[in-house]
Amino acid sequence: MTTSINKPRVHHPDLAPNALGLTRRDYEGTMSTLCAGCGHDSITAAIVRAFWELSIPPYRVAKLSGIGCSSKTPTYFLRESHGFNSVHGRMPSVATGANAANRDLVYIGVSGDGDSLSIGLGQFCHLIRRNVKLLYLLENNGVYGLTKGQFSATADIGSKAKRGEANQQGPIDPVLVALTLGATFVARSFSGDKEELVPIIKAALAHNGFAFVDIISPCVTFNDHEGSTKSYAYSREHLHKVVEADFVPLRKEIVGTGDVTLHDGSVVRLRKVAPGYDPSDRDAVSGYLRKHHEAGEVLTGLLYQSADGRDMHAIEKTVATPLVDLPYEQLCPGGAALEKLQRSFK
Amino acid sequence: MLPTNVTDPSYYHRVVDCQWACPAHTNVPEYIRLIAQGRYADSYLLNRESNVFPGILGRTCDRPCEPACRRTRVDGKPVAICRLKRVAADLRGDIQDRLPQAPAFKNGKRVACVGAGPSSLTVANDLMPLGFEVVIYEKLPHSGGLMRTNIPSFRLPASVLDEEVEMIVGMGVDVRYDTPVSSMRALLGEGYDAVYVGSGAPKGKELDIPGRHDSDQIHIGIEWLESVHFGHITTAAPRVLIIGVGNTSMDCCRTAKRLGGTDVKVIARRSRRHFKASPWELADAEEEQVEIVENHAPKRFVVEGGKLVGMEFEVLQWGEDGNGRAMSTVQGTVIIPCDLVLLAIGQENAFPWVERDVGISFDEKGLPVVDRVTMMCSRPGVFFGGDAAWGPENIIWAVAHGHAAAISIYNHCYGIAVTERPPEGMTLTSSKMGIHQWSYHNDYSAAERAKMTHVDLRERFRELSREVELGFTPEQTADEVQRCLNCDIETHFTDRLCIECDACIDICPVDCLTITHNGSNEAELRIRLTAPTPNLSQPLFVSGPLPQTKRIMVKDENICLHCGLCAERCPTAAWDMQEFDLKLSYAGRSV
Repeated sequence: MTTSINKPRVHHPDLAPNALGLTRRDYEGTMSTLCAGCGHDSITAAIVRAFWELSIPPYRVAKLSGIGCSSKTPTYFLRESHGFNSVHGRMPSVATGANAANRDLVYIGVSGDGDSLSIGLGQFCHLIRRNVKLLYLLENNGVYGLTKGQFSATADIGSKAKRGEANQQGPIDPVLVALTLGATFVARSFSGDKEELVPIIKAALAHNGFAFVDIISPCVTFNDHEGSTKSYAYSREHLHKVVEADFVPLRKEIVGTGDVTLHDGSVVRLRKVAPGYDPSDRDAVSGYLRKHHEAGEVLTGLLYQSADGRDMHAIEKTVATPLVDLPYEQLCPGGAALEKLQRSFK
Repeated sequence: MLPTNVTDPSYYHRVVDCQWACPAHTNVPEYIRLIAQGRYADSYLLNRESNVFPGILGRTCDRPCEPACRRTRVDGKPVAICRLKRVAADLRGDIQDRLPQAPAFKNGKRVACVGAGPSSLTVANDLMPLGFEVVIYEKLPHSGGLMRTNIPSFRLPASVLDEEVEMIVGMGVDVRYDTPVSSMRALLGEGYDAVYVGSGAPKGKELDIPGRHDSDQIHIGIEWLESVHFGHITTAAPRVLIIGVGNTSMDCCRTAKRLGGTDVKVIARRSRRHFKASPWELADAEEEQVEIVENHAPKRFVVEGGKLVGMEFEVLQWGEDGNGRAMSTVQGTVIIPCDLVLLAIGQENAFPWVERDVGISFDEKGLPVVDRVTMMCSRPGVFFGGDAAWGPENIIWAVAHGHAAAISIYNHCYGIAVTERPPEGMTLTSSKMGIHQWSYHNDYSAAERAKMTHVDLRERFRELSREVELGFTPEQTADEVQRCLNCDIETHFTDRLCIECDACIDICPVDCLTITHNGSNEAELRIRLTAPTPNLSQPLFVSGPLPQTKRIMVKDENICLHCGLCAERCPTAAWDMQEFDLKLSYAGRSV
């Protein structure tokens, strides 16, 4: 039995309400049971802030996850939304199905480096391919925390485990995978930098299609020691911001250079921090990332975005109404209609 | 900004708002925890250490602690600190063998105190256990000063007063009743090593307007209360006006209600927000159907054929003059009929018995010139305290003065400079018991402030000495103690341990914490906080540079719940919850 108390519901008297009259505290979930100091908890706080700032009604959100420390976190935010804690590595399938059935909800999938890049790598790739409209957060700490700290598929060569042995196998960079497979929103951030992370999450939520955010999220218990390349200290030394993103929901905002105008008229404003970096050139971004990775730098920011992609519903020409809102006769038109359809395939 | 120096006891002391506001610096959170544990005797004795009269103060204190209480800033109502003190006093059981004792062997120092009120009794309380011989001169046949003659027994039963006075007098204090001091020179001639004047401010202010001396139904409030106390006055006429709206006025109007007053009005010159009476005393009076009349200035007494029939007032409207000062304009006059008037417009000190050539300087207002720290006047070895020093205050200030004077008297008698004050100290002890376990109840209780139960209106008027407040029930006490936020369990930060994971900032329910780059001044820093705060009365804690980014941790102390979640979610124990214990020095007992 734990003696731990819950976070008191009482809040700062001056806490501001958003357009829905809700405070930031209304977007929280239950108390985290992750280790104290886990990067994932900071990401949870960033999610809470982003959803509150965008005034998204919690009951219009579906939270999806697989298995792992990261996949526990949907419990810790948006206590009044829908959720599905699915099978290990299979969150993309569930997300795809949910989105196919009800395209009007806001989808957020939370996964980890094990869930996405080991057991679920195939699912991850096909989710990108299908361009399912979903905010996909990969909480990346380089280890399997729940099973006591084995190297994961994102561990860098030479990075040391807690007991001292160095990793020998090359890492999978999820950002490069996403770029290669045609993702139209690719970002990387750090759990310890909410100033960067919150605007990225907001921009991702407005993106019309699959939005991928890789977040370096130190495992304070198994991967925060000297010699680790995913520790708080190492991350702070080696992360380099190449693009800063601002999300501008006002539709009348004057569009400037470097802005990406989204389908609903809102704007993601990108400010290049690194000279010569072009966040609209997919090949150039891939090359830039690879080159800097070799130099030991981990680049952060909204690395690539394009408003051009067509999401799953556009590709599949699905009905515009969520299935739940369709009249039964239309959803299930009967045997005659099925026969007619089958005949058309002959 | 420079890092906050938390090794200075005054920083953490200030965080404990109640203790900081209390003139005697009673350790409130600790005594409330002791009540929560059912350790009433321990709680009582902890109180007694600093405030000497827990049973009396638990009923009558002016409660400077309660408006300061952090809980007010969290949910609008302070913890019922004062009435919890009464719980400890009522339930303490027998503590006789734990009270200070006077040694059989005396140190040969003799101290005279004038007046047997709270400040003189505090001096005796502090000095008797050190072997001093203390003589108290009291003009009345009993002790307690204004606590006995001015506070009606329906607020403070005589038995409670007697008990706590006896704890001091019983140490062997030589109290000479019915012995007014009529000459300071003569007293000084008695050869005492020190003289303490705790004779109060016994003179009620006069209201010299036409008709004042034309009727015997116009009284000075405190004199009238004293006469009631002595049984010289046992009835009041039906229609009573009380002029002035301080706490004495509240005692007058409520006493009048009990002696036959049926139409009792309290008349105030100004509007309600300027009233001097404590809000709870006003509420109690209004509960007893006393009418409060605002913005009326006395003009004259209406006496017809030697009989008081009413009082004429100017009805005022208040505004501001060009310099922002309050200014009144007269709207008209009104006569309010009445049979009895009590004047409660303030009290003054009177020292006709202090000769002006004995080396004691007086200022232009006729008050002795007294040092705020040492309580000594211009004549070495003579000290003033309580209302006698700077005019009417309250019991808890009188106690604080008594403690300070006792230190000075001790120094004076032992040839130490009175300005050499013993230091304040502190201890900080981690309250961590396990990953999620603390040595205090850290969960936030959403309970609302307990409401004191009163004897019903008819019953309370039946007998003058019927105590109105019944005290908290065990259930009320159990809830009320958990409303205390344990502000003395300090959030103690060690900057070199911080890895800037943000866990504390994310978990804090009231957005107290910020990690940011350092600023040049506090005002600039305040606007960059997670929750910007305009409350400048509450300090900011500022850490040294954090190891990884050289940013700083800033904590706004304003509404911290002391729930300990920052420390619970801290992976490196950079935050810890540490119990702060302020160590106060008393006469002969330096920390």
